[in-house]
Amino acid sequence: MAAGAAEARGGATPPLRIAVASGKGGTGKTTVAVSLALSLAADAQGLPPAFLDCDVEGPNAHLFLRPNFERREDVAIQIPRVDAAKCTACGRCAEVCQYHAIVVLGRRTLVFPQLCHGCGSCTLVCPEDAISEEPHVIGVLEAGAAAGDIPFARGVLNVGEPMAVPIIRQLKQWGLAAHSAAGRTAILDAPPGASCPVVETVRGADYLLFVTEPTPFGLHDLRLAADVAAELGIPAGVVINRDGIGDAAVDAFCADAGLPVLLRIPFERAIAEGVAQGRTLVEIHPEYAPRLRSLFAAIVEQAARPAARKGDSG
Amino acid sequence: MKLIITATAPGLEAPVDPRFGRGAYFVVVDTDTMQWQAHKNEAVNAAGGAGTQAAQFVAQQAAGAVISGDFGPNAYIALAAGEVKMYLLGASQTVSEAVANYVGGKLQEVRAPTGAGHHGGRGG
Repeated sequence: MAAGAAEARGGATPPLRIAVASGKGGTGKTTVAVSLALSLAADAQGLPPAFLDCDVEGPNAHLFLRPNFERREDVAIQIPRVDAAKCTACGRCAEVCQYHAIVVLGRRTLVFPQLCHGCGSCTLVCPEDAISEEPHVIGVLEAGAAAGDIPFARGVLNVGEPMAVPIIRQLKQWGLAAHSAAGRTAILDAPPGASCPVVETVRGADYLLFVTEPTPFGLHDLRLAADVAAELGIPAGVVINRDGIGDAAVDAFCADAGLPVLLRIPFERAIAEGVAQGRTLVEIHPEYAPRLRSLFAAIVEQAARPAARKGDSG
Repeated sequence: MKLIITATAPGLEAPVDPRFGRGAYFVVVDTDTMQWQAHKNEAVNAAGGAGTQAAQFVAQQAAGAVISGDFGPNAYIALAAGEVKMYLLGASQTVSEAVANYVGGKLQEVRAPTGAGHHGGRGG
C-alpha cells in the first residue's frame, strides 16, 4: 500500500503519533493499544501502524502482537572511568555529581555505575583530565514484524538497572524515524505512572489516549496523568475500561477537565477471560475493530485542532 | 578516637537511628573526651545515592569507625574503600550506649553489606 493512502487516512503530515497512558497500572493500556493497532492494520485504506512498547520495565505487548524479533541493539549510557595514575583525589567530580555516583574517599575515587545518569559533568570538571567515559549497557532494543504486518519495537531494561528513560529515548529514535518517513501512524504503549518514563514516552506525541477505570484509584492516577498532558500541551482523550464498576467520578472529572470520553468498554467476564488467554479485545469481540477505527478518526480530528498543539515541538 | 553514630536527634542521649544512608543525624564523638558534634544528614531525602553521599561525609570527618544498624551495598563499598570500620548498633539504644558498647568491645564489626540495595543499589 502506498504511503499516500496512509496520509489520506491520517489527514496529517507527518503522520500521527499516539501515546496510550493511564496513570494507574492494570487499567487496560496494552489491551487498548494493541487492539487499536490491529484495527488500523486491518483497515485496507492505509499502512499498518508502527507499535512501540515503551513500558521497558515490564514490556508485555509482544504477548498479544507476537512479533518475530529480527533486529537488536544495545542501549548504553556513558559512565566515568577514573585513571588512578592521574587522579589527585581533589573531589571536584564528587561535588558536581547530583546522583552521588562518584565519591572520593581518602586517596581513592570510586564510581557507582548503578547510580550514574551518564550526564558527563565529572568528566568536564576534572582538572587533571583523569576521567574518560566508557559505555555501560543498561538494556536492549528489539524489533520485528508482528501480527497484522505491524512493525513492532520494544525496549527492555536490564534487571537491577534503575533508569528507564535512556532506553525509551533511544527506542523512540530507533523505532520511529523510518516509520514516520514512510507515513505510518505510530502507537506508543506507555508505562504506568506519571513520572519521567511516562513523560519521555509521551513527549512529542500528537495525542495522548488515557485508559482508565471508573474507580477512585483510576481517577486519582488519571488526574496526575492528565496534569502531565496539560503541562506538555498534548491534546488528550479517555477510554473508560471496566465501565459499570465503581462510580461516576471519572465521568465528572473528564467533563470538568474537557477530556472527551472516546470509548467505553464494559466490565465483562468474557473480556477478562480472553485477555488472560493472551487474546486481544478485537479477537474476543470483533465489533470493537470499527469502534476503535471511529476512535482513531476522532483522534485525528482532535489532534488537528490548532489551539491544542502548542507543546508538540518536543 | 573519633566515632560516628547515626541518631534520630543531636546529642549523646539521642536515640540511635538504625539507618546509615538515611539516618537523621551523624553524631561525631571523641571517645577520649566524650565531646560531641552533630551533623544533619543531607542525604536523608536524596532521590538516590544516599549511601554513597553519607559515606563521603563520614570519610571527610576522618572517623575511625561508624556505628549504625544497616549498611547497604553502595555504602559498604564506599566506606570499606575509605578504610572506615563499620559496626552494628546491637542492643545500643542511645548514642552514649553505642559508644560504651564500642569501647567495651561488644559491637559486631561489619565485613559485608548488611542489607539489600535500596533505590539504585545493586542488591544482595
